[in-house]
Amino acid sequence: MVKRSVIVSSAVLALVLVAAGCGGGKKNTSTAPSGGGAKGGTLLTLANDAFSGSPDPQVNYTLQEWQLLIMTHDGLVAFKRVSGPGGTKLVPDLAESIPKPTNGGKTWTFKLRSGIKFSNGQALTGNDVKATFERIFKIGDSPNAGSWYNGIVGGDACVKTPKTCSLSQGIVVNGSTIAFHLTKGDPEFLDKLAMPFAFILPASTPTKNVSIPPPGTGPYKWAQYAPSKQARLTRNTFFKEWSKDAQPAGNPDEIVQKFGLTPTAEVTQVENGQADWMFDPVPSDRQGEISTKYASQVHINPLTETEYFALNTRVPPFNNLKARQAVNYATDRNALVKIFGGPKLATPTCQVLPPNFPGYKPYCPYTKNAGSGKWTAPDMAKAKQLVAASGTKGARVKVNTLTTDPQKSWGNYFVSLLNQLGYKATLQALSPSLQYPYVQNSSHKVPFAWSDWYQDYPAASDFLNILLGCGSFHPNSNSSPNIAEFCDKGIQAKMDNALKLGITDQTAANDLWAEVDKEVTDQAPWVALMNTKYLNFVSKRVKGFQFSPQWYFMLDQASVK
Amino acid sequence: MAEFAYEPEPEVRLAAGEQIQDIAGKSPWRLAGRRLLRNRIAIGSLVLFVLIVAVSFAAPLYAHHLAHTDAFNSNVSGTTVVNGKRVDVIQQGSGKLGLGETPIGATWHWNYLFGADAQGRDVMARVLYGGRASLEIGIGSALICCAIALVLAMIAGFFRGWTDSILSRLMDLIWAFPVYLLAIALATVLLTKENGLQWGPIHVDPSSLWVPTMIIAVVYVPYVYRPVRGQVLSAREKEYVEAAISQGASNLRLMFSEILPNVLSTVIVLLPLMIATTVLTEAALSFLGIGVKDPKASWGTIINDGQGLLYTRPLVAIVPGIMIVLTVLSLNVLGDGVRDALDPRAKVRVGK
Repeated sequence: MVKRSVIVSSAVLALVLVAAGCGGGKKNTSTAPSGGGAKGGTLLTLANDAFSGSPDPQVNYTLQEWQLLIMTHDGLVAFKRVSGPGGTKLVPDLAESIPKPTNGGKTWTFKLRSGIKFSNGQALTGNDVKATFERIFKIGDSPNAGSWYNGIVGGDACVKTPKTCSLSQGIVVNGSTIAFHLTKGDPEFLDKLAMPFAFILPASTPTKNVSIPPPGTGPYKWAQYAPSKQARLTRNTFFKEWSKDAQPAGNPDEIVQKFGLTPTAEVTQVENGQADWMFDPVPSDRQGEISTKYASQVHINPLTETEYFALNTRVPPFNNLKARQAVNYATDRNALVKIFGGPKLATPTCQVLPPNFPGYKPYCPYTKNAGSGKWTAPDMAKAKQLVAASGTKGARVKVNTLTTDPQKSWGNYFVSLLNQLGYKATLQALSPSLQYPYVQNSSHKVPFAWSDWYQDYPAASDFLNILLGCGSFHPNSNSSPNIAEFCDKGIQAKMDNALKLGITDQTAANDLWAEVDKEVTDQAPWVALMNTKYLNFVSKRVKGFQFSPQWYFMLDQASVK
Repeated sequence: MAEFAYEPEPEVRLAAGEQIQDIAGKSPWRLAGRRLLRNRIAIGSLVLFVLIVAVSFAAPLYAHHLAHTDAFNSNVSGTTVVNGKRVDVIQQGSGKLGLGETPIGATWHWNYLFGADAQGRDVMARVLYGGRASLEIGIGSALICCAIALVLAMIAGFFRGWTDSILSRLMDLIWAFPVYLLAIALATVLLTKENGLQWGPIHVDPSSLWVPTMIIAVVYVPYVYRPVRGQVLSAREKEYVEAAISQGASNLRLMFSEILPNVLSTVIVLLPLMIATTVLTEAALSFLGIGVKDPKASWGTIINDGQGLLYTRPLVAIVPGIMIVLTVLSLNVLGDGVRDALDPRAKVRVGK
């Protein structure tokens, strides 16, 4: 089960389920432009669980809530609300335009659009913007406060003393003009402004976790959030469309997400037309059935994400490079793809960055007939040689994974494979809510752990630096996304260079990221498995399905009338 | 005052259709054997149980010589020959979109007789190996449970007083916990030790079947202890015990020569019923993932594996389910037969 609903994040970086996929070309991939469609009706969606953690927009780190938040709230900039590759492009949202940075990339000056109101009728002002960013720190548990927004002048002090946070030096408001002053240039600053943590809230919003998202400026407002029952969005009567690209008006009058059904029951409800869409992945046992009987209701869209097992580089036997490479050579990635649902839903990979992502260049050394960049077949003979040479044969390996499929089946596969390689492997399956914090904590010394990563925004650093950077390893912390505990000073220096270079020359920076990706792959801190696709299953009455590479199925752009 | 109490001669107990002359001069064990052999349903159940045990313990023969398969290693990318054609063990989905990869279904040949599980392993081979593990744990834990309970009940019932109070309260304490909750708690603690368990020179591997065997044995001790203790307390008051005491018999002799033979029949009656109960418990724990660990198989783990295939390959869950039903049913009927044979009028059943 993909961690779409449970994203426990670190104070530094995090795991998100934002989508991507710059896809197109697939038979069932929608590429229609957004907007249009019949208005009215209720779009009923289903999810097994409510959003993980607080529903506060500045705290929640799940795609599940973000898919709803983008319809109720706005940032200064936004990812264009269209399907296909254009969906990763940044467009002005509450700001009139996207400015060019000045002062060596350290100052960004925005002008707010006029006439925009929150769903409580209050007009949007520059003070709301400043208060929103201060609230990110004041609230205390916003996951990326200390890693994404601490670059604003005064941000570091706010991290240290959140309650007295003041960004008056970092965010200067002058009427409808807002200037952000950063301590150093940040090539990803605009991306960070487009994320839901930076969605603008009224200045009067209390600086504590809220039980339902506060008023926003989008076409819908939150009417109900009951974690044991449902979330319900209704129209924001104060909304007037100002940018079709950034925040188009929605079609359904009401959008409801009901919680509590199992994915199998969700499939049945969608088949019967009792619900319109299921958030959870379609269980593989039901895929054949919908492929046969409900093919016209299926939409398959590529994602920018990578599934992997992290090999702990500080714990035996995988503190040995040859042992890590051996597992990589031995892994039959086709078998794992089959367990996931087959080649229509996933593609094998050996590297960290997903296809069609900044910095991606196909590379796969861990295959028979290497050279094409594609994985073709496992090389068991070479793997056994490497295990013998590593001297790690006979070591105990606990394979940590989820209790749910396909991760559990992947875990069983690796137990079998590791035993064949001469290790003594056992399975340790934990529930989805426990597993991610557990495997991040180095005190548990987990040698082999499943995880996955979905982009926050389209930047190579969002994978490589977050998941394998030295700064992302936090000993004995549940928020340490570098599960492999990998730190190579040479590679880290290259990552730092690529980040700096990105301020002036993103193309050159991406070339450098491609080198980093290759070097990391050679060091084998992961067994990268595959890049997956999202199988959306909608009811017969849903028209105008559109899939944003950033936010997935854009619920408000579908028609149910 | 028990030692002076008058007790009439015990009434002679006859089974249905039995005449007094049929039992005259025969030992109780011989009588029981004769009664059991006459009980066709019980004998049928015994035969069925023995058959299940036999085929389960013949799992390696089936896997290596008939199915030519490895029941424990993943075979997701593997192929097999069905009706002269080589086919994938995990087959690509059909329909317009070709979604979903489905394990091969029942071939009704030796290889993949009941199809494959999600790892591409032969379900029949795993059911047989699983039966071996389930029965080893079930029979092993029932024997250990009965042995521990018998020893404790003998001590408590014979010495009475403080000894009885302490042991009985300890049993009450275990009894107070719901069986499955206690078993899950113990399994969670004991099975998560990375390097297994170490008690002095004894090392138990975390994947060893001894761990679930001992856990299940311990949680059911009170269920055997209670009725046996009652029998010991009763036997302790009998004249033949009083007579042995008056002849200067030692405590050990009293316990093993006078009391044990008279309570053993209760334990023997309980044994098949306990095996049925422990087989079920093992299946439940393994289903929950805290009994037998993959890649080893037990009927519980195979049902768990089949959960995700209920729509497309229901046999993966149904076959081990049927094996559990047949095993438990045969043991329960056999238990009833043994009870009737040893004591035609007794109403001893395992309490829950």
